[in-house]
Amino acid sequence: MAQHIVTSFDEDLEHLDRLIRDMGDLAAAMTKAATRALLHADNALAQRVVSNDVVMDARQTELDKSAVTLIAKRQPMAQDLRAVVGAIRMAADLERIGDLAKNIAKRVGAVGKSATPHSLTHSIDTMAGMVLDQVQAVVRHYVERQPNALVELRDRDEKIDVHYTAVFRELLTYMMEDPRNITACTHLLFCAKNLERIGDHVTNIAENAYYVLTGSQLPVQRPKLDETQMTVDS
Amino acid sequence: MNMLAEAAVEDAINRDSARTETVKMQASGVNVFYGEKQALFDVDLAVRKNQVTALIGPSGCGKSTFLRCLNRMNDTIDICRVTGSITLDGEDIYDPKIDVVELRARVGMVFQKPNPFPKSIYENVAYGPRIHGLASSRSELDAIIETSLQKAGLWNEVKDRLNEPGTGLSGGQQQRLCIARAIAVSPEVILMDEPCSALDPIATARVEELIDELRENYTIVIVTHSMQQAARVSQRTAMFHLGRLVEEGPTGKMFTNPEDKRTQDYVTGRFG
Ligand SMILES: Nc1ncnc2c1ncn2[C@@H]1O[C@H](COP(=O)(O)OP(=O)(O)OP(=O)(O)O)[C@@H](O)[C@H]1O
Ligand SMILES: [Mg+2]
Repeated sequence: MAQHIVTSFDEDLEHLDRLIRDMGDLAAAMTKAATRALLHADNALAQRVVSNDVVMDARQTELDKSAVTLIAKRQPMAQDLRAVVGAIRMAADLERIGDLAKNIAKRVGAVGKSATPHSLTHSIDTMAGMVLDQVQAVVRHYVERQPNALVELRDRDEKIDVHYTAVFRELLTYMMEDPRNITACTHLLFCAKNLERIGDHVTNIAENAYYVLTGSQLPVQRPKLDETQMTVDS
Repeated sequence: MNMLAEAAVEDAINRDSARTETVKMQASGVNVFYGEKQALFDVDLAVRKNQVTALIGPSGCGKSTFLRCLNRMNDTIDICRVTGSITLDGEDIYDPKIDVVELRARVGMVFQKPNPFPKSIYENVAYGPRIHGLASSRSELDAIIETSLQKAGLWNEVKDRLNEPGTGLSGGQQQRLCIARAIAVSPEVILMDEPCSALDPIATARVEELIDELRENYTIVIVTHSMQQAARVSQRTAMFHLGRLVEEGPTGKMFTNPEDKRTQDYVTGRFG
């Protein structure tokens, strides 16, 4: 892409990109740490996630401010306009991912380590891994300007949904087997639900990023299947 | 968005474009030469009725030249030669049978610098209707003056001093006076060449609002160097570069997702 005649305009846009990348890195780190803290009953780590959320909010505020100033100063057009509006939206989704990670971290302590069956932690661990990959990839594809990779990435969200349904079923069986598992399993269920929602925010980010990069909307996705909705109101 | 809402939006868009799809002026294969030098190359452009068409592009790309073709203002430049065809309601305006004075009444023009005649406000607006014999009595002329000034959004500011010189008005008022002068002969098309470049933001906002109101009754073609202005006032935007029309389309698309690389570079401020 050619440079702007006014070079500080390029610097302003690069600054937005850098903030998105930072927020993406932080969102990924928080998601990883929160699940880890929950599965290992690591209170100190959980605490760190909670305090990271403050950093995340500050970054979002900074991004919003930079974006608004850029609009006022430069009145961006075409791809620049899309980049600025897209950055504001992507930052909002990244901030929500931070919130969800924080919510997971807050459950640590409520779940006793011993009460968590190994196969169950394994399932959630796998799901967390899938979500984490998505969070890291979406920002990378955006920064590296790879719209086609974003299409594939969005389609992979379905796998997370399928996995979530499996975790949900598994948890139900444990709870039926032994009512003493109910407390722990409820917290884990909550954790799984939050991971699934992080996946949804990644999907939003992918859609926004695709629009920024190409100027067209991602084709509408098939309605997604969430069997758990039929059983409980989520 | 659900399917119903989407269908409704689609419907509204279709209705809007059906209402405004009529082509008022059509340029086909237009070339313009100043002596040996060619300034426009093979330009095809449709100007739609009751829409504002913005012409954008870097300095010297031929915007003013094209605008002047639309009411044969180029005839006044000796070395200028125009080939190709331009029609108004399907009629060739370069046909030898066309009365150029009448053409310029139907296709009026407002210039970059407000240029009122050194006469009273009243006489500035009365000039056109007089030479075209549009009023048969003084009271009829008075009525034309009043509606023209009203449509130009100037009436309230000048109604008590119609006999004062037009040159005594502020720049913004002078430009609206020139718009009133253009409107007074009931044109069908109004051409504006950077009408706001000599105005402050408030006067500019007034003129822009006026342009939007005028669209009800007139077809407007405006040359502007402000991308934001083009985005605010026009429905269609045409991008010129080095004498060629490189892209034309709905204004919203031109400023969010233009197709041509040169348009992208120009609207985002990346031109070398
Ligand atoms: N009267 C003239 N005699 C000779 N050449 C002319 C004349 N008017 C315009 N040109 C040339 O034709 C080309 C197009 O000029 P034009 O005034 O149409 O550009 P423009 O797009 O309106 O530019 P600007 O944005 O600076 O007003 C330029 O190269 C200019 O030098
Ligand atoms: Mg010009």
